[in-house]
Amino acid sequence: MADLTLSEVEARRAARFDLLLLAVGVAGLIAAPFFFYPIFLMKMLCFALFACAFNLLLGFTGLLSFGHAAFFGGAAYFTAHAVKEWGWTPEAGVLLGLVGAAAMGAVMGFLAIRRQGIYFAMITLALSQMFFFFCLQAPFTKGEDGLQGVPRGHLFGLMDLNQPLNIYYFVLAVFLIGVFAIWRIVNSPFGMILKSIRENENRAVSLGYSVQKYKLAAFIMSAGLAGLAGALKALVFQFATLTDVSWQMSGEVILMTLLGGIGTMVGPIVGAGLVVALQNYLATSPLPVTIVTGAIFMICVLVFRRGIVGEIQARLLRR
Amino acid sequence: MAMSDAMTAAAPGRQADSRPQAVLSARGLRREFGGFLAVKDVDIDAHHGQIHALIGPNGAGKTTVFNLLTKFIEPTSGTILLEGRDITRLSAARVARLGLVRSFQISATFPHLSVLDNVRVALQRPQGLGYQFWLPVSSLNRLNRRAEELLTSVGLADERHKLAADLSYGRKRVLEIATTLALDPKVLLLDEPMAGMGQEDIGKVSEIIRAVAKDRAVLMVEHNLKVVADLCDRITVLQRGEVIASGDYETVSRNEQVRLAYMGTAHG
Repeated sequence: MADLTLSEVEARRAARFDLLLLAVGVAGLIAAPFFFYPIFLMKMLCFALFACAFNLLLGFTGLLSFGHAAFFGGAAYFTAHAVKEWGWTPEAGVLLGLVGAAAMGAVMGFLAIRRQGIYFAMITLALSQMFFFFCLQAPFTKGEDGLQGVPRGHLFGLMDLNQPLNIYYFVLAVFLIGVFAIWRIVNSPFGMILKSIRENENRAVSLGYSVQKYKLAAFIMSAGLAGLAGALKALVFQFATLTDVSWQMSGEVILMTLLGGIGTMVGPIVGAGLVVALQNYLATSPLPVTIVTGAIFMICVLVFRRGIVGEIQARLLRR
Repeated sequence: MAMSDAMTAAAPGRQADSRPQAVLSARGLRREFGGFLAVKDVDIDAHHGQIHALIGPNGAGKTTVFNLLTKFIEPTSGTILLEGRDITRLSAARVARLGLVRSFQISATFPHLSVLDNVRVALQRPQGLGYQFWLPVSSLNRLNRRAEELLTSVGLADERHKLAADLSYGRKRVLEIATTLALDPKVLLLDEPMAGMGQEDIGKVSEIIRAVAKDRAVLMVEHNLKVVADLCDRITVLQRGEVIASGDYETVSRNEQVRLAYMGTAHG
């Protein structure tokens, strides 16, 4: 203890503060369904997980994907189809969503990571649009109608997910596991290499790292976790539609992540919560949702570029 | 008969011993961009324990030669041998893993990582800590001792918790050298390690380079001719992508073509 430097003591204090915040946050989420409409909360959680998965790629690897809707919506289709048509249990359906999205991520990532910057973004957009039109035509997605009336079923054959509180706590548990997984990946030896690639790709190459392999691995992980979020959404809303695979969905997750703060753990959660809440409250007001979120986005980019959480963190550090 | 064969065969070998074989050796290195010949049939050798300077006017192709040697750019033709092994067609990351490691002209640190983490990232791969996404970051603490040794050897130990972005320009270059040394490279390629530095930093960095060159070959691009004269054992002069002279400082500085290229006159 005696030979700790000042910054190490500070780091420990910061870690304890983080732990306190985490405890308060989890307690808040456990208590939330008694105060708010559970479906609304679950929508927030699904999008928060989606944004966190996206941030693993944008914030911690430096790759801007414009095609993440393919994983989110694709997984929603996989899960909905398995549960509805094959009669799978919900946990098996969710697992299929995750694995299916990760497999799609492997293919799309393999094609996209050969290019950098805007070209990477364009390739991911093109591939996800191809997937959109595939979903529009393929018979098992039911085209414009989507898959409706997906049964929630019984978790492990025991817990009835049609009970609002049951499904809420199931979604919350999966959300926490997903966010923990992202936190672990970011704060691991692998995560350090990802950050070094984000910071200076050529330097990482010159240190002997095969950056393509690292990028592909990160892409697959991000796609899988985005799929996990989409799978949950299919169970919560009991349908999977073309909206989830559209390019607007890819844009929305970028907006959420930027708004909350790229490269922070909590930022995407805050951003997703804010956007979902806005959509919810503006749905019943005469103000058009897209214009309001667009205006907020512009203010964010002009005034606080680090995003809400990024800006708060920077202020705290400066003090 | 067999005996005499063996003896004659041994003779050139012994001769080679007196002039040690190059660790890094490039022959007929050539690179075209479109129709433009940026590097034309360059031969270059780097020897263990020696500092070799690559000099030449702006646009002579020095950095391109670096990019070719480290495989950041594919050569159009020519061969590159590292310890006798043909590395001409290997990837940049592979070449780095074999011990041919470069620095960059523009200071290449990881700006938003701490100084300590900058060095640790370089130490991770040789220790087999690259893909473990399930381990906590504290599993990297066993690299701390080596990282701190390296930072101490270049005089950066006190700043190990700073962000690399917050270091002065000269300190960033020093950090970059420490990071490169973490790989214990066989051949170190430094692209203008002292560009933009003050006199004091130049002295320090010269000392560091001299010290590290004892156990490896160093090839460096440098514009400061005083530094080159003080520090380097051999010099290769490049002009318009071609080698116009090669040898020690005395030989090279007497060369007519070199005088012409640098002073614009053969009677400088």
